[in-house]
Amino acid sequence: MNDSKQPSMTLTTLLENFEEAKPSYNSAEAINEANRCLYCYDAPCMEACPTGIDIPSFIKKIASGNLKGSAKTIMTANPVGASCARVCPTEELCEGACVLNHSTSPIMIGDLQRYATDWAIKNEQLLFQQGEKHDKRIAIIGSGPAGLSAARELALLGYHVVIYEAKEEAGGLDTFGIVPFRLPKEISLWEVDQVSRLGVEICTGVEVGKDISPQELLDNHDAVILAIGMSKVPMLGIEGEQLAGVYDAIELVERTKTYGVADEFVDKRVAVIGAGNTAVDGATTSVRLGAKNVKILYRRTVEEMSAYDFEYEFAKQDGVEFRWLTAPKRLIGDEHGRVTKLECIEMELIEEKVGGRKRPVEVKDSSFMMDVDIVVKAIGQTRYRSLIEEFQLVHHDGVVRVNQETYQTSNPKVFAAGDVIFGKGQGEAMVVSAAQQGKETAYAIHRSIKPSKTETA
Amino acid sequence: MADLRINFAGIKSPNPYWLASAPPTNTGYQVQRAFEAGWGGAVWKTLGDPVLNVTSRFGAHHFNGQRVAGFNNIELISDRPIEENLKEIYETKKRFPDRAIIASIMVEPKQAKWHEIVKRVQAVGVDGFELNLGCPHGMSERGMGSAVGQQPDLVEKSTMWAKEAAEVPVITKLTPNITDITATARAAEQGGADAISMINTINSLVGVDLDTWNTIPNVNGKGAHGGYCGPAVKPIALNMIGESARNPHITIPISGIGGVSTWQDTVEFMLMGAGGVQICTAAMHHGFRIIEDLVDGLNNYLDDKGIVSVSDIVGRSVERYTDWSNLDLNHKIVARINTDVCINCNKCHIACEDTSHQCIDMLQDKHGIEYLEVREEDCVGCNLCSIVCPVDGAIDMVEAERLETPMSWNERQTAIQMLEQNIVNS
Ligand SMILES: Cc1cc2nc3c(=O)[nH]c(=O)nc-3n(C[C@H](O)[C@H](O)[C@H](O)COP(=O)(O)OP(=O)(O)OC[C@H]3O[C@@H](n4cnc5c(N)ncnc54)[C@H](O)[C@@H]3O)c2cc1C
Ligand SMILES: Cc1cc2nc3c(=O)[nH]c(=O)nc-3n(C[C@H](O)[C@H](O)[C@H](O)COP(=O)(O)O)c2cc1C
Ligand code: SF4
Ligand code: SF4
Ligand code: SF4
Repeated sequence: MNDSKQPSMTLTTLLENFEEAKPSYNSAEAINEANRCLYCYDAPCMEACPTGIDIPSFIKKIASGNLKGSAKTIMTANPVGASCARVCPTEELCEGACVLNHSTSPIMIGDLQRYATDWAIKNEQLLFQQGEKHDKRIAIIGSGPAGLSAARELALLGYHVVIYEAKEEAGGLDTFGIVPFRLPKEISLWEVDQVSRLGVEICTGVEVGKDISPQELLDNHDAVILAIGMSKVPMLGIEGEQLAGVYDAIELVERTKTYGVADEFVDKRVAVIGAGNTAVDGATTSVRLGAKNVKILYRRTVEEMSAYDFEYEFAKQDGVEFRWLTAPKRLIGDEHGRVTKLECIEMELIEEKVGGRKRPVEVKDSSFMMDVDIVVKAIGQTRYRSLIEEFQLVHHDGVVRVNQETYQTSNPKVFAAGDVIFGKGQGEAMVVSAAQQGKETAYAIHRSIKPSKTETA
Repeated sequence: MADLRINFAGIKSPNPYWLASAPPTNTGYQVQRAFEAGWGGAVWKTLGDPVLNVTSRFGAHHFNGQRVAGFNNIELISDRPIEENLKEIYETKKRFPDRAIIASIMVEPKQAKWHEIVKRVQAVGVDGFELNLGCPHGMSERGMGSAVGQQPDLVEKSTMWAKEAAEVPVITKLTPNITDITATARAAEQGGADAISMINTINSLVGVDLDTWNTIPNVNGKGAHGGYCGPAVKPIALNMIGESARNPHITIPISGIGGVSTWQDTVEFMLMGAGGVQICTAAMHHGFRIIEDLVDGLNNYLDDKGIVSVSDIVGRSVERYTDWSNLDLNHKIVARINTDVCINCNKCHIACEDTSHQCIDMLQDKHGIEYLEVREEDCVGCNLCSIVCPVDGAIDMVEAERLETPMSWNERQTAIQMLEQNIVNS
């Protein structure tokens, strides 16, 4: 991917860069891998999946040629199982727990999961039927993994479900936020379609708090689920941030997923600030947009980086350079208001007196200049505070407080799941955990509402 | 959702899957666990005069890194008191009235003995009997099991005696350790059996330990032949079912047993005439939970094909199973290699060159790239190359242009005879 070897980038070659990076298993590969699985009883891989997919069962079904059954086993436990097959940090989850780690090598569970769900997508399977309807109504705000999973389970349980989604298409970060070469948009939209075909009404282009008020939702529904995720990347808080050529990583990814590629990165020097999942996605996207050189700047070291190992490897293979213990100080522009230089400073890590994470501090007189054409900000995400406050929910710096078992907020009629409750010791920001929280929220609502006519799915 | 219910010789079951009479059906605890998991029926571990068992008992044939291609045992019939078994049968049936419970029984070939056991077991309520005339080891040395099952007259008599006392359907379970299974199958039908089941296990010795020179399995340094079952015996069982199903003198239903491990095996057995299947080794290898894919896969298969009931597939391939002399001698297929799929391992070439008809050429194109091509005029269409080929779709067996009208050996012989007669007559 090092583009010094490919001087002339056309839009078509750029487009190819955004095709899914990893090829799917062919049937021989899938059968071989599936037959390697031991079909463990009380399998640890299953225990390690946050959504509890019956992994030995879905793999056995691949081996027996029952691909529809396999896809259904996956999607029953995880309504966004096709996306998860691609974006889950499997080394940390299922594959990390596979018993074969102790003898040979773990089963490639993610790849097999992708093989089975791809089959269902290609063969246009409708895997679920909606439950017998009753008169209880639920509003869900946000159609990401959390909202979608809650909607799916509630629809199976017979609820009238309406999802309000601010964007023009549903799916949340699966549709807009995760880079297309890891998760093509069509996969997420197929999952959306599976849910909408259960009778769930998905109102896109409707922003709650602007187009419809929280009070209206509360008045017209038996419960409301807040699944709005997180918002944009925060400001760096340094001089020059308003210059042209400064991007928000999430918006950058969203643009490539919505409008395809543009040539504004071709042959440019890019600095990405931050070292989480978003930074890796921002950096690899820049590479694939034709940038000449991409650096990730992080004020701590590789040890503290929050990106997963596989993401780090992926970025390195894409030719991304890493500058550890480096922090941005100031952005400098030219006469047209375009960024041209980034002033940086070296950092060192200081041991805190009372335990905790090592703290980065500036090394005196170590500042230096870096020539850049583009700066991509990727230092986390801000919160939708105003909407949370409009709902009058108790929160902690924008992290909505919930009862860990029922996902109920300080307003008993409002539940919250997914990234909106992540942080401050609550949960993890992963697609798969958002999905599980969505499911659990649905069950909690079902327990508390107890509709008179209940059809189990 | 297709209808998976079967009515096998009057025995109703919610799906065609029964556990075969073997360790999985040894106790009420086990059978109830199996029913909880979703099994349609169970043939209880064979009852008779309780026996003593030995340790160890099992051996397995592992093949190229895959465990349990075949399974072997020297276990006898139930070693638990008959009263305990009967009590548990009663309790299990009460808890699962919709499932089929069939009692497997085995006694000496004497009328009084068969009457006694049938009446005793019948008293607790079973849906049917299966007569174990097939156990190939131990019991046969005592004049039971396959010692009976290998003699058509004893098969007929034992079945008759059991039928005399039975008020529920009687299935006679046959041994494969015989030259022609249709002989004993017919004998069972003549004895009045409501159905037959096949196959019991095949005489086998699974291995010899290279260091100790002991047999596998061995009991204190000695071994005895055991019964073979599991995936390896499937083709043998399938043939015996097919031969019985297509025999005009055998009209009673067949319960298919032997190597069934997946829903796909089940479909094959049923197409070849089985009214339902019984499973032992696959459950012993993985536990009762295999029933989930057995049912789900079968259901999806039927739905896909638009078949409403599993009973509709029973016997649908039987008419295509015939004698060699009825096969068309003028039908010709040849191998064709798809060079774009081929990975150039040359396995097909060497197989054909050394052991078949020397008609796969290793060639080079004008760029020096190697490829393989079949000389179709020399190809006998034996399938060997496509069998050894490791890549799906690299070799197609295609129909060659038909030069002559279809003619079987039988038709040819008749034609020659007529010709000779004409010459004589003229
Ligand atoms: C760049 C990036 C890469 C990531 N990579 C991975 C990865 O590889 N693996 C992984 O497991 N996780 C990854 N994550 C995290 C993962 O995407 C999230 O944890 C997950 O999407 C959270 O799901 P959610 O449903 O809570 O929120 P979201 O997916 O954010 O969905 C929330 C939805 O709510 C809508 N919304 C917000 N406000 C309103 C409103 N007022 N009215 C109506 N609708 C509203 C939004 O438009 C959005 O569609 C990544 C995240 C980012 C940002
Ligand atoms: C350990 C073991 C014990 C068995 N015991 C009996 C028995 O008591 N009665 C009987 O009729 N068959 C017995 N069988 C044979 C099975 O019922 C069945 O016919 C055979 O295993 C083939 O099926 P499979 O390939 O699914 O295992 C036994 C098989 C095994 C492996
Ligand atoms: S732990 Fe590994 S081998 Fe066992 S069931 Fe899970 S994937 Fe298969
Ligand atoms: S399987 Fe159970 S009974 Fe058999 S040897 Fe192992 S522990 Fe003992
Ligand atoms: S065996 Fe199959 S893959 Fe190998 S050379 Fe022959 S056709 Fe090609």
